[in-house]
Amino acid sequence: MSTYLAKRLVYMVIILFAASLLIFCLYALTPGDFISGNIKLTPERKAELREIYGLNKPVLERYAVWMKNAFHGDLGFSLSQQKPVLTLFNQYIWNSFLLAVVSTFFTWLIAVIIGVIAAYKQYSWFDTLVMVAIFAAMSLPSFFIGLFLIKILAVDWKWLPPGGMLTTGSNATGLAYVKEVVHHMTLPVIVMTLLGVGSLTRYFRSNMIDVIKQDYIRTARAKGMKERKVLFTHALRNALLPAITLVGFELPALFGGSLIIEQIFNWPGIGQLYMQSFSLRDYPLLMGFTMLIAVLTVIGTLISDILYRVADPRVRL
Amino acid sequence: MGDLLAIENLKTYFDTEEGTVKAVDGVSLRVKQGQTVCIVGESGCGKSITAMSVMGLVEGPAGKVVGGRIEFDGQDLLPLSRHELRTIRGNDIAMIFQEPMSSLNPVLTIGEQMTEPLIEHLKMSRKAARARAIELIGQVGISRAEQIADSYPHELSGGMLQRIMIAIAISCGPKLLIADEPTTALDVTIQAQILDLLRQFKAESNMSILLITHDLGVVAEMADYVIVMYAGKVVEEGEVVELFANPKHPYTQGLLKSKPVINQRQNELYSIPGQVPNPLELTESCYFHDRCAHCMDICRTREPRLKNVTDESKVACWLYEEAVVHG
Repeated sequence: MSTYLAKRLVYMVIILFAASLLIFCLYALTPGDFISGNIKLTPERKAELREIYGLNKPVLERYAVWMKNAFHGDLGFSLSQQKPVLTLFNQYIWNSFLLAVVSTFFTWLIAVIIGVIAAYKQYSWFDTLVMVAIFAAMSLPSFFIGLFLIKILAVDWKWLPPGGMLTTGSNATGLAYVKEVVHHMTLPVIVMTLLGVGSLTRYFRSNMIDVIKQDYIRTARAKGMKERKVLFTHALRNALLPAITLVGFELPALFGGSLIIEQIFNWPGIGQLYMQSFSLRDYPLLMGFTMLIAVLTVIGTLISDILYRVADPRVRL
Repeated sequence: MGDLLAIENLKTYFDTEEGTVKAVDGVSLRVKQGQTVCIVGESGCGKSITAMSVMGLVEGPAGKVVGGRIEFDGQDLLPLSRHELRTIRGNDIAMIFQEPMSSLNPVLTIGEQMTEPLIEHLKMSRKAARARAIELIGQVGISRAEQIADSYPHELSGGMLQRIMIAIAISCGPKLLIADEPTTALDVTIQAQILDLLRQFKAESNMSILLITHDLGVVAEMADYVIVMYAGKVVEEGEVVELFANPKHPYTQGLLKSKPVINQRQNELYSIPGQVPNPLELTESCYFHDRCAHCMDICRTREPRLKNVTDESKVACWLYEEAVVHG
């Protein structure tokens, strides 16, 4: 186990190093930079600014500088926001994380429960209804569901606010603040859960259908176990095993923000910030964010491998 | 001695897209207290489904027991609720299966899987159940019982896992043990040990065994009474010695002929010609007629009934009907 971990850590460093080089070069080689988009500047001023920001140096040299600073925990200074990248991350990522963590929790909870029941009652009217509903939810584009629910729940019925994280001009604190945020995040969480729950339910349903056919489920029934115990102790544990791979992918998704949802609901998350920075070629921020996702992805896969070891006694690391 | 298990005219059908498969079609059999009854037949003849019907474990919604009676210990099992049946399963009737490797849950320890029925049926505490499980592991002839209780199924061999399955099956002191091809997946030396173990527990507890197999060697070794099934029906039954000495039905004769004999080298082993009929295409006839060397006109159009030919044996074959008629 410990030799495995040591080996994995070495691989992780190599992968991240390669990833950073690739990402840096891709951003650097994309035509245009932060300066060139600003039409108000004279060519002389542009050259001057490029000199100040170090944008006129060769790509590899710029990469070396970025890398050196990154090792010291400094991801640079956002060109457009004029703030340190880490400060901006700290300001926006947790907003995205809040949405993601709550909707992921509900997505998994609902998917597991409905998936198990649908599998247990395969081809029943409940199962058919679930499958139809899932296809409907999966086929509708996120912007449509988002705008549709805003129209119904926020505009027509005025149950929920249409967007933002706080009421404009609000300076609530303490419990009132929490209540306000919860009120604002309900709609985006519903939409994100609705969009994610379909494929995951199908996944659990099909895993569960496979597992229920196994001999050891028949054995559990032959032992006279309660059906609830057969399903949730014997079957579900086996059906959840392949889902551990998904846990690895969920980690970057928790921090990565959601471009479309944050845009629709005007949620001050990292997804929105990323989109803005992209159009402005704000390299330090783009680079920092992409590297963060890369690091989380690599860590996520490592965690899922370790979880496999914990959950499945047959797996040796 | 009374009948512990009495199955009357059991019909278990499966609905498929092509039509209804009559997997078990009017099977009757009796198992007396302390008796070992073997059901013999080729794959797909309905012997496992008969056992699953007794356990109430026929895979729904496609499969269903559509008729007949299953009486166990004086109680009709078919009208019982799921809950009532569950208290009998694993408790009074236990079952072991063909594939020990896949019959135990890969993510639970042997100990956890062994204690479940003890806690469920005998209301033991977790601690008492574990102590009993360790004792049982010793009883089925596995050493280092403590260590085995904490291991996972993949760490044990097939023979050991089948011993564990037997330990689970006998843990609640069942009156009837159904063994569905318990030795088929094991190699020959292990087979003998498993059969010995079953015999030993039977002798100790006076339980009955319903043994399902296609291996006539196992039948000869274990059975008191033999039931031969073909295409969902019983074609012959009788005391084991009588059946082996004087098989009546051409199918039974064929089965016995196709068994290799030790110390006799044959160039080609006999096999019954033809194949098991497609269960969807069966019409009124003796289902064995197109593989039978003695096939007569009546065999193609009418189904023979199971009738006594001697006091202790019954056969469903027109050859013997005629003998009765023409006397």
